[in-house]
Amino acid sequence: MKLSGGNPLAGTEMDLSPAKRSAGQNPRWRQPRALLEKVVETGLFLAALTGVVTIILIFLFLFKEAVPLLLAPGPTASLTAKNWYPVSTPPVFGLWPLIAGSLLVTFGAIAISVPLGVGAAVYLAMVAKPTVREFVKPAIEILAGVPSVVLGFFGIAVLAPLIQDIFGLPTGLTALTGAVTLAFMAIPTITSISEDAIAAVPGKYLEAALSLGATKWQSIVTVVVPAALSGVSAAIMLGIGRAIGETMTVLMVTGNAGVIPDSFLVPVRTMTATIAAEMGEVARGSLHYHALFVVGAVLFIMTFMINLIADLISRRLKKGA
Amino acid sequence: MNPRLTEKLAFLLLRAVTWLIIIVLGVVIWDIFSKGLPAVNLGFLLESPRRGMTAGGIFPAIIGTLYLVLGTIVFALPIGVMTAIYLVEYARESWATRLIRLAVINLAGVPSIVFGLFGLGFFVLFLGFGVSLLAGTLTLALMTLPVIITTAEEALRAVPVGYREASLALGATKLQTVFLIVLPNALPGILTGSILGVARAAGETAPILLTAAAFFLPQLPGSVFDQVMALPYHLYVMATQVPNADPRIPYGTAAVLMILVLGLNLAAILLRIYFRRMRRI
Repeated sequence: MKLSGGNPLAGTEMDLSPAKRSAGQNPRWRQPRALLEKVVETGLFLAALTGVVTIILIFLFLFKEAVPLLLAPGPTASLTAKNWYPVSTPPVFGLWPLIAGSLLVTFGAIAISVPLGVGAAVYLAMVAKPTVREFVKPAIEILAGVPSVVLGFFGIAVLAPLIQDIFGLPTGLTALTGAVTLAFMAIPTITSISEDAIAAVPGKYLEAALSLGATKWQSIVTVVVPAALSGVSAAIMLGIGRAIGETMTVLMVTGNAGVIPDSFLVPVRTMTATIAAEMGEVARGSLHYHALFVVGAVLFIMTFMINLIADLISRRLKKGA
Repeated sequence: MNPRLTEKLAFLLLRAVTWLIIIVLGVVIWDIFSKGLPAVNLGFLLESPRRGMTAGGIFPAIIGTLYLVLGTIVFALPIGVMTAIYLVEYARESWATRLIRLAVINLAGVPSIVFGLFGLGFFVLFLGFGVSLLAGTLTLALMTLPVIITTAEEALRAVPVGYREASLALGATKLQTVFLIVLPNALPGILTGSILGVARAAGETAPILLTAAAFFLPQLPGSVFDQVMALPYHLYVMATQVPNADPRIPYGTAAVLMILVLGLNLAAILLRIYFRRMRRI
């Protein structure tokens, strides 16, 4: 590892050459230099505050735009209704169908992605040959890179007709279609983080179990995976967070019906899709506009909690290690 | 059941599960490219959409996405790297540092549509930028920030402490040590992380849906306050809002978007492998 040749910084404050360095030891040089150090450190600190300021502003603006609806008594009462009819008179802003839609699709996605994702993680960490692993892990990383809108398009063009045919439905745009596409968005997160956690379990755990006469599979199930459980749980929580916050795929493939779903095979409408689909058409400052910010605030709080739980789990993991 | 047999069956199942994921990935990529690539030619890449978007190319959407991606780098890279340098090289454990870390972790978990809502409320309406390239770029930059900060932090931490000590022992100041010794050594890692972050930004639709994207524009944006077309939004529109579209147009758009995003991902992975080899020598 070598730095670039020559000395492009000759004569500047950054010059490290001996001639300049001796000048730096001259007390006359020290003062401005100390000042520069301070200025740079302060500048870096201010840049680092950007993240904090952003989070505060997101809080502020979501709730600032949500509050006007909460101050109007009629629409506020309708938040607990069973329907989302934002353009009827009077408008009904029932959040339950949206929350139910989000939860149903997310639950379906997790039911599919956890066995697949954790299974693949165990396979890659404990069973696969190194050559297979070197090929499969980047491939799963590539899956993480496929844009959600492309997966949504694939869902419309290929998956929805397939599901329509298999179950003989009037439309293929259902909660199940959304759950399957979302599952494939959550799998890379779950697999990648679980694999790290399983691979980090000390090798002697496995060796001790094997030397007691257990088969490799018995050792994996009873010793290795339990030891990695907090990492795996954190991975699953992050996968849930990703699924519940995902917008474009569910907007495109779930059919967007604003009623409480009674099965996986009917169209549903999630919180994210509602915001994305309706925000373009509402009048700024209307009740409907503020209602969409209420949905955004609820979504923000839900994902915030999920990520907090994931963070607590993974921090407990670090302390335990 | 015989434990050996159970083990055989279990491993077989795990292998099947892993291959299922790879096969689905393969099917998605094959479907998009086999139907999309035949539609991609020079005319498709260099023409504007025609006849109510049922014909023509996607040139304005390609340029719009490139503008958005460049803008995202311009805003997110300096601030992200500066944050990482502060956290790794300067910060002592204090409430301020803990707050910054907490903010970065939470920012990474904010759903993209919430970023879109925030961009609409703050950049578009409150700051008066309007639905514009600038508002979309800033929204995407804030969304990309945590990725860049996290990877830059990792890259800086991977530089051996000995490098810093040696530099300081030679009489270099902290500033010189950080910017002439640590940062150049961390640059490959920072670069890889930034490419991954930017690849994600290039494929995002939800944040620009409310802040920057236009359904159709006859010409390219003339200033940062103009709306832009963008590849992911164009694909969404073509797939859901234009019922009589030639199916080759959304497939072609998807293929171009995939080439852009997967190309960036591949570049990042190759770069990482390359720099790892360099380091071993």
